[in-house]
Amino acid sequence: MTETLTDLAIKADGLVRRFGDKVAVAGVDLKVAPGEIYGFLGPNGAGKSTTVRMLVTLIAPSEGRAEVAGYDVVTQPGQVRLRIGVALQDAALDPKQTGRELLDLQGRLYGMAESVRRTRLEQLAELVDIGDALDDRIATYSGGMKRRLDLAAALIHEPSVLFLDEPTTGLDPLSRQMVWEEVRRLNAQGVTIFLTTQYLEEADELANRVGIIADGRLVAEGPPEVLKRSIGSDVVLVKVVGDPAAVPDALRALPDVERVDVRGDTVVISVTDGAKAVSPVAVAIDGCGVTVANLSLRTPTLDDVFLELTGGHLQGEDR
Amino acid sequence: MTAAAPTAPTHTNLARPGGLLTDLRSVALRALRLTMREPEAVLPALIIPLFFFVVNVGALQQFVEASAPPGFSYKAFQLPLAIITAVTGVSRASSLVVDIQDGYFDRLLLTPIRRISLLLGLMVADFVLVVVLTIPVLILGFVLGVRFETGPLGVLVFILLSGFWGLVFTGFPYAIALKTGNPAAVNSSFLLFFPFVFLTTAFLPKEALTGWLAAIATVNPVTYMLAALRSLILVGWDWTAIGQSVVAIAVMGAVSMPLAFAALRGRLKRG
Repeated sequence: MTETLTDLAIKADGLVRRFGDKVAVAGVDLKVAPGEIYGFLGPNGAGKSTTVRMLVTLIAPSEGRAEVAGYDVVTQPGQVRLRIGVALQDAALDPKQTGRELLDLQGRLYGMAESVRRTRLEQLAELVDIGDALDDRIATYSGGMKRRLDLAAALIHEPSVLFLDEPTTGLDPLSRQMVWEEVRRLNAQGVTIFLTTQYLEEADELANRVGIIADGRLVAEGPPEVLKRSIGSDVVLVKVVGDPAAVPDALRALPDVERVDVRGDTVVISVTDGAKAVSPVAVAIDGCGVTVANLSLRTPTLDDVFLELTGGHLQGEDR
Repeated sequence: MTAAAPTAPTHTNLARPGGLLTDLRSVALRALRLTMREPEAVLPALIIPLFFFVVNVGALQQFVEASAPPGFSYKAFQLPLAIITAVTGVSRASSLVVDIQDGYFDRLLLTPIRRISLLLGLMVADFVLVVVLTIPVLILGFVLGVRFETGPLGVLVFILLSGFWGLVFTGFPYAIALKTGNPAAVNSSFLLFFPFVFLTTAFLPKEALTGWLAAIATVNPVTYMLAALRSLILVGWDWTAIGQSVVAIAVMGAVSMPLAFAALRGRLKRG
């Protein structure tokens, strides 16, 4: 990489955060270029939120350092805060204020003059798409409305780097789609987006690059396509009836097979060429004393990548 | 020292630091707006002192006045207690804990707001609220015939002394709120109120208290608050009494405020 430090939207060197004896983040390095959408993918408890909280100046790293929008998160937090927008996990809102009051207060705290706030509020009301509800107490909002209002609160000052911590967890498909569209629109305007998610589909859909985190460490990083290709070009999924214990050994003997995993009653086989591998695989499985109930061929997902790297699964994935 | 500006994003950024006064005003206005929106949270602070005032006067007025020098008004003697009861322990500490639990406190911390205004702004709101609370109690006193020897200016000093007393007392619930983030702990902080308000000259002058209570009353700042407030009604401009009440407020503030702001610093550090 040729960038100097300040050319990056986000740069982290060896970030560590301990809570007592527990190590939540165990040395994370990040480089996110301006204008990128970076997906930070990992299961619950992997250290995603803790990393975000360090990058957005809410907690100090135990070790390491980070710069966001060109400023150090520990020594220049004020400069960082002026330039970032943050929507934390579980929309952090005050149920007793109305949506308008919350956004207006937010604007005041960013030092925006009244005329500027009024203009921004009008623009954001459209984005939030909650119509007259903007003058209702937030307590009356649905989950999707709260998320959209939280996003609007994060955007009020037109930040150049936007952090979204699990922006669609718990949202219905329609609301999720709306958030995705908004993320793409903002990115098209030049906003750098750092997005954590436990949904493969989300990382896949949105991110230019994905970092996979497990147990506080970045285990893989790259464009989703590259990561997926790294574990083989195709995946054959075979659902079997009977005990699949003997299947892996039988399959590993086949020439095209790169990797075999058993997940419950499903055997997941990474192969170099799916079309060529299907019939030998079926025949081999047939010889193991189990019946093939269902066989399908697909390209690898990020979950397959995660499985390969950590032996575990991403929780809460879309199945 | 500022670092070299980063490559300008294609995006214009509207944010700048708002300034301390803007921050304080924003935080205080929100607090006051929400207070007006849930009067049920403040109402007990008003009803309890009014109730005690009426009951105390009804029960003890004739008895006390019979043994007191002629012209002594027990109503005037009790009014300051009602005010101190109304203003002691009124704070936004419970709402602060809710903000912490809801994550809204984090949302505020993500803005460039000056950290100190998160607490100071609430205290400004408390001061306004406490001053407002003294008014109905005073009106009841006037209706019942209490008159100030010091006149309208005395009423103003009375309100300000009460307000500042209420303000310095808020340091304790805020310290507990920020330290624990626990609503139950904040709710039990009202227990602090009892020794302060009752182990003093609440019902009788100091000369009439028994030995141990007199000893405690001597070190209880509320004793000096009551003495000053009573003097404004009953005596006239007693600068010694007023001076002592100012010292009482200062001493109380010197204990409570460092606790509260240290708790704020601790919470910001822990994240």
